[in-house]
Amino acid sequence: MLSGSRVELSRPVSDEIRKTTCYMCACRCGIDVHLKDGKIRYIEGNRDHPVNRGVLCAKGSAGIMQHYAPARLKAPMLRTGPRGSGEFREISWDEALSLATDWLGDVRRTDPRKLAFFTGRDQSQSLTGYWAQQFGTPNYAAHGGFCSVNMAAAGIMTLGGAFWEFGSPDWDRTKLFILFGVAEDHDSNPIKIGISKVKQRGARFVSVNPVRTGYSAIADNWIGIRPGTDGLLILALVHELLKARKIDVDYIVRYSNASWLVIDAPGSADHGLFARDGEGRPQIHETVTGLIVPHGTRGARPALSGRFTLPDGRFAIPSFQLLAEEYLDPKYAPETVAAETGVPAETIRGLAAEIARVAFEQVIEVPQPWTDMNGERHDSFIGRPVSFHAMRGISAHSNGFQTARALHMLQVLIGAVDCPGAFRFEPPYPKPVDEHPKPHGRAEHFGSSQPLSGPHLGFPRGPEDLLVDEEGRPTRIDKAFSWEAPIAAHGLMHMVIANAHAGDPYPVDVLFLYMANMAWNSSMNTAGVIRMLEDKELETGEYRIPKIIYSDAYYSEMVAYADLVLPDTTYLERYDCISLLDRPITEPDAVQDAIRWPVVEPDRDVRAFQSVLLDLGARLRLPGFADHLGKPLYRDYADYIVRHERRPGIGPLAGFRGSEGEKTGRGAANPDQLRRYIENGSFFSAHIPPEAQFMKHANRAYQDFAVRMGFFDTPQPVIFQLYSEILQKFWLSAEGVREPVAPEAHRERILKAFTPLPSWYRPLEEDGIDRAAFPYHAITQRPMAMYHSWGSMNAWLRQIHTSNPLYVPGVICDEVGLQDGDWAWVISHHGRIKVQIARSDAVNRDTMWTWNAIGKRGGTWGLDPGAPEARKGFLVNHLIHELLPPKGDGMRWSNSDPVTGQAAWYDLRVRIEKAEPGEASEPRFPSIANDAEAPNELRYGQEWSQ
Amino acid sequence: MHPAFSIIVFTTASGMGYGLATVLGLGLLDPAALSTKLAHVLALGLIGAGLVSSTLHLGNPQRAWRAFSQWKSSWLSREGVMAVVAFVPLCISAWSVIFEDACLDWAGLIGSGLSLLTVYCTAMIYASLRSVDAWHTRLTPACYLLFALAGGTLFASFFASAGESSAAHGLSATAIALLIAAWVVKIRWRRRLKNLTPLSNPESATGLGAIGRVRLLERPHMTENYLTREMGFRIARKHAEKLFRLALIFGGAVPIVLMVLCLLPGLSGGLTALLLFVAVLSHALGILLERWLFFAEARHAVMNYYGGREQDLRAV
Amino acid sequence: MTSLPALPTPKKLGLVIDLDVCVGCHACVVSCKEWNTGGYGSALSDQQPYGADVSGAWLNRIHTFEIMPESGEVVGEAGEARIVHFPKSCLHCEEAPCVTVCPTGASYKRLDDGIVLVDEEKCIGCGLCAWACPYGAREMDLAAGVMKKCTLCIDRIYNETLEEVDRVPACVRTCPSNARHFGDLADPDSDVSRMVAVRGGIDLMPEQGTRPVNKYLPPRPRKPLAAGTSSLPKAENTDDAKGFLAWLDGMLDRI
Repeated sequence: MLSGSRVELSRPVSDEIRKTTCYMCACRCGIDVHLKDGKIRYIEGNRDHPVNRGVLCAKGSAGIMQHYAPARLKAPMLRTGPRGSGEFREISWDEALSLATDWLGDVRRTDPRKLAFFTGRDQSQSLTGYWAQQFGTPNYAAHGGFCSVNMAAAGIMTLGGAFWEFGSPDWDRTKLFILFGVAEDHDSNPIKIGISKVKQRGARFVSVNPVRTGYSAIADNWIGIRPGTDGLLILALVHELLKARKIDVDYIVRYSNASWLVIDAPGSADHGLFARDGEGRPQIHETVTGLIVPHGTRGARPALSGRFTLPDGRFAIPSFQLLAEEYLDPKYAPETVAAETGVPAETIRGLAAEIARVAFEQVIEVPQPWTDMNGERHDSFIGRPVSFHAMRGISAHSNGFQTARALHMLQVLIGAVDCPGAFRFEPPYPKPVDEHPKPHGRAEHFGSSQPLSGPHLGFPRGPEDLLVDEEGRPTRIDKAFSWEAPIAAHGLMHMVIANAHAGDPYPVDVLFLYMANMAWNSSMNTAGVIRMLEDKELETGEYRIPKIIYSDAYYSEMVAYADLVLPDTTYLERYDCISLLDRPITEPDAVQDAIRWPVVEPDRDVRAFQSVLLDLGARLRLPGFADHLGKPLYRDYADYIVRHERRPGIGPLAGFRGSEGEKTGRGAANPDQLRRYIENGSFFSAHIPPEAQFMKHANRAYQDFAVRMGFFDTPQPVIFQLYSEILQKFWLSAEGVREPVAPEAHRERILKAFTPLPSWYRPLEEDGIDRAAFPYHAITQRPMAMYHSWGSMNAWLRQIHTSNPLYVPGVICDEVGLQDGDWAWVISHHGRIKVQIARSDAVNRDTMWTWNAIGKRGGTWGLDPGAPEARKGFLVNHLIHELLPPKGDGMRWSNSDPVTGQAAWYDLRVRIEKAEPGEASEPRFPSIANDAEAPNELRYGQEWSQ
Repeated sequence: MHPAFSIIVFTTASGMGYGLATVLGLGLLDPAALSTKLAHVLALGLIGAGLVSSTLHLGNPQRAWRAFSQWKSSWLSREGVMAVVAFVPLCISAWSVIFEDACLDWAGLIGSGLSLLTVYCTAMIYASLRSVDAWHTRLTPACYLLFALAGGTLFASFFASAGESSAAHGLSATAIALLIAAWVVKIRWRRRLKNLTPLSNPESATGLGAIGRVRLLERPHMTENYLTREMGFRIARKHAEKLFRLALIFGGAVPIVLMVLCLLPGLSGGLTALLLFVAVLSHALGILLERWLFFAEARHAVMNYYGGREQDLRAV
Repeated sequence: MTSLPALPTPKKLGLVIDLDVCVGCHACVVSCKEWNTGGYGSALSDQQPYGADVSGAWLNRIHTFEIMPESGEVVGEAGEARIVHFPKSCLHCEEAPCVTVCPTGASYKRLDDGIVLVDEEKCIGCGLCAWACPYGAREMDLAAGVMKKCTLCIDRIYNETLEEVDRVPACVRTCPSNARHFGDLADPDSDVSRMVAVRGGIDLMPEQGTRPVNKYLPPRPRKPLAAGTSSLPKAENTDDAKGFLAWLDGMLDRI
């Protein structure tokens, strides 16, 4: 029988392919959307796209179900019932925008602080930030504060760039890849592609993670560390490497501040700061002449140790000597840290030895001559092929900033930053901290009906840049850049509702949120936050937080708490730009950006949030959004993407600029730009010249390229800051010897956390509770098939993670008498949850874990109130308080990293008790009324069946 | 395996129907007796009802006719073909008895043979599946055939008794012997099941046995799916034991005791028939339980991918 | 015809799945569903897609297993449980029991390439093929009442409207970690056959006698970190900072 005859083999897949950019997570892969009969037939990865090279993850492949989900909002809504009831009436856009304009206009005229504008999974922060700045409120940030600001801030302050999406391991060359913590939710396809390359090449992949799931499952070596002790492990590695003399001395002399002289004058305001000359240049001790000269002096041979007398008579020591003395201390010996980290001493030694072996014995060379910033010519790029990556795993601890600093220090010590085979920067990084703005938001920065005088977010260079008033009180609603969180480079979105509710530092009038599920999984102490949103003033009966405007595409838990809902489009119905001004999609070898465009038209009364924001900006007559007559400057977001210029010739998109589309980076606006992008597959890529591809921090060709591209106006090389003067300034303030002096209450925290050299301290919650009463850790992992809370409305993805068990180590199960499927109470200092457990042995023995954000509130996300997500699914958020347990100092400190304010999600300590069998997890919340019409059966694509 | 009601009813009904038809085909009962005519009608009715019941679980019953095409390879197809083929002599035989008051020996004997063959095909549908260890044995068709014959003989003895036929006692005695034989084989079948080392296990299913002992950590999808609903059925062992004892009592002990009573001299014909009728009903109930357990206790190899071993261990 | 091909098929198209690099991301699972729900045969339906008892028909699923080493076989990791993500779809067996049990001829194995397919027009939805398959490769579509299974994307691999590079199954094309490979396992020189030879590719449940075409590449043996030999050599001079700084000075002189 000719079996082929029974099947039609060459049926065309679709009528048309439209290429755009995925938004099922923050990875931003290129996708080919196949359309058939006006419907989406199929979405696959774009083979030409530099991010995903044709592959696509589960989320991206489930885009159809995201796009057609019944949970989509359909029209603007005004709340009619009490908050949380889900009672709304649909209103017109005109009414919605007029109302929003009234609310916001009042605030802007009277007291712009009273608008708190925070965005969640926003991929247009360059617009939202600009809008907030033009509005004039000091209270703007995206969600980085509860995401991974520790990683970003530590990276930028140490290397001028961070892991995250601002750099990447050299997947094609690395011979040892070490991954710290959970990292499955960002840059996911590039990492999967990369890990696979590493493994298939026979290189070694080591994972340091309490849980052996996700990427860790395929690691050649899994180090099941105790949560929150990664920093100690890293410093033990540094100890071992120093002891064995396995450091790249030449590299640290050239590219780090190892030789910079640190003033040794205890008790003085300058103690521990760099010795600088009259022009502010850091000084070194030149060994040949014995002179103190500025760093960068041609031909100078700097000392890395010794004690030298400065021209003013004070003593100074090269920072590297301080570093060596600190980490050679036996307190960092593998034997000493083994118990705390849960990692055997021989494993630590083995890992250190492997790092040393690969870095120094497996050196690779890329035969490409290049010139450094001193004009010195090098014949080739020397590669120390040890690469690292980390994300929120080490970031979401209250010691995460210093842990990330420690990791970057380790990279620098072995000479493995931006060289072949190591971690490599992705443009526009590296970017020195001095090239970042300082934060704005002090009283003098804003006022009635005027823009904020500069960007909200940035990096303070010392306590003098904090956003506090004369009494040292925070001026921002989230207390970012205050003594409580001095380097809160991404703000503290997780504190906004609690602070606004408490009126501390002041109440707000309008809370304006975009894509942030603060009434559920994005908040610590979820039940408490819900109460705060529902809480009313006794006298007036008004809500404590009077007006909440929320924009999202889907009926999330937060929608039910909004007063005015602005429905966003799905990602396939809108324009977007993935801009170099924002979170870029560049690669180490290429500068890239991308767009989205409406590949299908909305079938509901919804508008893209960015266009709505532009509309609101014009209605409010914000500068930059309306002309002096009040006429809108931009038709919509697409128009803004093309015509907006941040600096002359620099706009949201770098590609196809100039009147003919011939310019890259800098160039006049091109009215045809979006069409050119669409023709090019919705992305733009410009290769970095070969001689500029490595050592970007000190590479003349790269720096020139960066200036040509418009990243900077002058070259901005980076000297790696092993020793941080910025941190030392805070430390001096806390010592009380340097102005401005830190308020008494903050000193202890600052002295502990703001060490100029990377340090490790016990996570604050663990330190503040009775460790014996809460002997275990409870953490979440990021499922690769679900992005945060953003997949349960997706009929296909939700079948993969319909509910989440708590995975409990076998030893604890045996101790407590738990079996698969049993129910247990998990109890923290703050609360307790009842959950169903599953046994696992592939986990640190003190750590239980679950998948993040699977639990949902009944009635939301277009799901049946009895859906497993709402019945059995659960959040650990109920166990985590936004404040640390009281310490007896009269203060309740934020459950955050004291440096950056990063939410310390992973510091949670718990105990576990067997519970009576149950049907549903606890705590329970009343279901939210929602009239989304969901079908009982889906047969997607049946009309095309053969 | 999921004990689907329609399939249990089908195998029970058609088993008894074919068993009865087999015995009737031997021509031992008086064709002129009303009870014999009713027996023929009932045999055909049971067979027909069973077959109709078996189509209830089909996704597309309107295409059921296609199932006759693959008799070369498929026991299910063979069963279908045999069922249809057997109907011809069975109907002729029944016609002859009902309307002509005569036994057509050739039709009866052919009908008997084909009936047993059909039951064998039914049994072989299960016995041929290597994926279900419990079924993959010659004992499976042996059980099916013996239960069909025993049930049929018991049934026939009732009709014989009701028709005051002289064959009644002989049939009862034979039925007792067949019932004992059937249950002996069934107990052996079940002992085999309990002592079975599964052909496949999570280690061979994943090929990962070289690394260590394999257990399911996470299902592919959290909720039940077709496979787990169809193959993942499980019953606690102590419930199974209890049910099996009930099956043995209703399906074996009660009918045997009743038949022994009937064999005692001095019982009136009416009482004998009544006792035998109760025996038939009891037997049918027992066989329903036996068939339910036949499915419920069988483990499918696919459960090696779905944590079946752990569930079994916990269920002990 | 549900008899299996009398002779070995000239081609044995199938998948090779590399368990050493599969991270369990479910990309192949969803891409498969997405491609096939609008392609070969009826849609892959979902019941109660937004309800309490959600389920659906999928042709490829990823199981996650935890493996506890029982002996010291895996050096340095004995006692440490390991997780393996395990994608599973139809293995297109040479002795496919699902084919021979089919009463209607709906299930068949193609003579030329060995792909096992269901002709949905003939399928009565009796479910016996799913019982016969030890691997759980077949799932009934409850809406259409017909059996669904992996087609190896037969409507892709021979589809002349697709670019040649895309003529692979959807799961293979989308896999981010390159854990899935497609090819002719009858050809000993094909990439997939070589891979199987080099890595010791295995059959699932060989004892079932199904002779699967798809092969699985087992996780590579782990190289321990904590073996005695991998310790760093002791430095010549003393351990403390003084000795270190002396060494450093020596290094600086050499730069």
